[in-house]
Amino acid sequence: MTQHVDSVKTYAAVFIALIILTVVTTAVAFVDLGPFSVVAALLIACGKMLLVALFFMHVRHSTRLTRLVLVGAVLWLGILIAFTLSDVFSRGWLGVPGR
Amino acid sequence: MITAAVQEREHYLNESYGLKSWLLTKDHKRIALLYLFTITLFFAVGGVFATVIRIELITPSGNFVSSETYNKMFTMHGIVMIFFFLIPSIPAVLGNFFLPIMIGARDLAFPKINLLSWYLLVAGGLFAIFAMLAGGVDTGWTFYVPYSTGYSNTWVIATAIGIFIAGFSSILTGLNFIITVHTMRAPGMTWFRMPLFVWSQYATALIQVLGTPVLAVTIVLVFCERFFHIGIFDPALGGDPVLFQHLFWFYSHPAVYIMILPAMGVISELISTFSRKRVFGYEFVAFSSLAIAILGFLVWGHHLFVSTQSIYAGMIFSFLSYFVAIPSAIKVFNWTATLYKGSISYETPMLYAFGFIGLFTIGGLTGLFLACLGFDVHVTDTYFVVAHFHYIMVGGAIMGYLGGLHFWWPKMTGRMYPEGWAKLSALIIFLGFNLTFFPQFILGYLGMPRRYHTYPAEFQVLHVLSSAGASVLAVGYLLPFIYLMWSLKYGQIAGANPWGATGLEWQTASPPPKHNFEKTPIVTHEAYDYSAVIGSEVEVG
Amino acid sequence: MADFAHAESLAVREQFDTAEQQKDASTLGMWIFLITEIMFFGGMFLAYTVYRAEYSYAFAVASSSMNVYFGAFNTVVLLCSSFTMVMAVRSAQLGLRKGTVVYLFLTLILGLAFLGVKVFEWSEKFREHHIPGMAGFHLDGVPPDQQGQAQLFFSLYFAMTGLHALHMIVGAGIVITLMYFAWKGKYTAEYMTPVDIGGLYWHFVDIIWIFLFPLLYLIDRHLGRYIL
Repeated sequence: MTQHVDSVKTYAAVFIALIILTVVTTAVAFVDLGPFSVVAALLIACGKMLLVALFFMHVRHSTRLTRLVLVGAVLWLGILIAFTLSDVFSRGWLGVPGR
Repeated sequence: MITAAVQEREHYLNESYGLKSWLLTKDHKRIALLYLFTITLFFAVGGVFATVIRIELITPSGNFVSSETYNKMFTMHGIVMIFFFLIPSIPAVLGNFFLPIMIGARDLAFPKINLLSWYLLVAGGLFAIFAMLAGGVDTGWTFYVPYSTGYSNTWVIATAIGIFIAGFSSILTGLNFIITVHTMRAPGMTWFRMPLFVWSQYATALIQVLGTPVLAVTIVLVFCERFFHIGIFDPALGGDPVLFQHLFWFYSHPAVYIMILPAMGVISELISTFSRKRVFGYEFVAFSSLAIAILGFLVWGHHLFVSTQSIYAGMIFSFLSYFVAIPSAIKVFNWTATLYKGSISYETPMLYAFGFIGLFTIGGLTGLFLACLGFDVHVTDTYFVVAHFHYIMVGGAIMGYLGGLHFWWPKMTGRMYPEGWAKLSALIIFLGFNLTFFPQFILGYLGMPRRYHTYPAEFQVLHVLSSAGASVLAVGYLLPFIYLMWSLKYGQIAGANPWGATGLEWQTASPPPKHNFEKTPIVTHEAYDYSAVIGSEVEVG
Repeated sequence: MADFAHAESLAVREQFDTAEQQKDASTLGMWIFLITEIMFFGGMFLAYTVYRAEYSYAFAVASSSMNVYFGAFNTVVLLCSSFTMVMAVRSAQLGLRKGTVVYLFLTLILGLAFLGVKVFEWSEKFREHHIPGMAGFHLDGVPPDQQGQAQLFFSLYFAMTGLHALHMIVGAGIVITLMYFAWKGKYTAEYMTPVDIGGLYWHFVDIIWIFLFPLLYLIDRHLGRYIL
């Protein structure tokens, strides 16, 4: 059984990075970035997710299969959201009520 | 020849006795039989509802049951048949029993979770049955909001909880299968040596794992809206009922493939075994299962063509829906090519396989009609749709299930079923089915809407034909129930490999020992390599 | 090697051949389970996205009525718990029984602290009448014809945070179980899969919150409509 035991230092660094990102995302929310507020918030959240997944959940040491599983999950969530939004956002195009 | 030995030998059925040894079993084979018992019960319940529907529709006026009762009947027929019979049918019975054996494993990866998923199905079923006894539910199996959340005065919440729980049963079965296929294959059992039944179960499991949670969360939201009166889909607050339909069909369209994919896997086994040939284009058939699983998630919007879904999204969904025809056609053509110059024999399972190919093709091709945006608007919510999905689910999934059940019956029980009766009932089912559902295509095309219990008098001939067919179909379903029970005691003793088939399941005794094999098999051949089958066929009679 | 054989006989269940096969199956099993969880929460995220896109004004005002400091504090608490969790897993990997128990205990305390803050926040919503479906629902700063849309926000807020809290409670149960068996000395450097996959679950619930926090608390804060 091959196990990678990461050092406490690595975990501590990741932890501190996560705290900093939390502070940043809160602070940025008070700044007017126009439509980019959402983008910034989601980018920071994705960054935090990646840190937790890669380091705390050991994805960087994991098998190709585990990574495939994860990419698949994100992709499927993407399908659900993208296809539904394709409906929601194009409903008004015809200008006919109910269409 | 080996009668005495079979009586003496210890196998999974006689290694322990008593109710407790069944209710607490972790043996995938016993759990499969628990499922078999449970879903047969639900099939009977769903059949009773169908009977009421067909009796009511014999006459144009609504004189057998009230409109309210009729609404409840078709709703509960749908709910029971879909969530408590079809979805668990092949995966949880045949898959549970044979997936581990076919890949040379001792059990599924998580036997306790396997047992838990049976208990979840039973628990969910109890909720649903409670709801039915208490007064039923009338929303249609689709639970469309806002009717289900705000207006229906029936047992929506209890039914929804039942389906929610049964959904977890389905998720856990799928999870178990995926892990088992990944980690439990016997030495030498590479991915491309796996039987196609295992491939189709794997593809099905992917859908169960990726789709079912979305149904679960949809039910949670409906529950919240109905129980806590918070509006999620409530148009009065600005909520969007079409969003509900998106969420619901994101699961429920792929759910159709949860029902049909395992049946396709069974058919691959049957066609190969009874024509003594390797399945033509094995890799294509294997990948077409995965392709159906994936494409199945991209087409759900074709259920929303007449809602306020944007016409542009409708076009995309319509376009993508056609693509599902490609992997489906690959399967049908490859089965046909397998038959070519095969040494075909016409045992009962093969009759079901032939029935499947014909009926599935009709169901699939009418599916293309419905994928067509313009045509669909004409026949939406008519009997055309009803006939289409019954050709897929009854003509496809149930034919596959019965074919597989007959095929593996000797392995599961150690007894042969009576061939003559079985052939007769296969024929009755085929004829009864077509008589029931073919007239419905015409009815639908002529404009008979679904979910109505009265209709104009000119439709009566076709409705009477359909109801007559349903009673023939009922006889066809009763017969296997009787003779399979009969065979448990009086059936001819089956050898290890009565069909001369190639799968690993035929290389262990009938019925298999507790851990499936005396010692873990080492696989050296691809699936369907008939030169590798040693020994002659055992007489079948 | 003798140690390994011992570990195997100790923990390998009958359907598996080797301890490694068992570990692979359990770990992959947890990942697949987490996929189902992603899709489960995914439905709510979709509902949120659709409504936020359609009703951005009401959602911005409603989001600004949240107490951002509690939200941020809770995020930090949860991140701390993730850190202690990963330290518990690390201790288990190294076979440190006491370290595992202590870190699991800290994780539990932090998880409960998160839930405590959450309960306080919810009760505050009740006091402010920001409860969807309640007769007296009213949100300042939103025109009367958009009060329904604000209700949608709070419906989603309660559904999402409620479901997340439910997962936290399950997670707390898992941590308590792990703590008990770790205390009993069931886990060794060779066999600590339960701690490992328990950790995966805990981190996953943390990731859900990582997204819930900006989506529910931080919409257009700069507009300052509802500064506390």
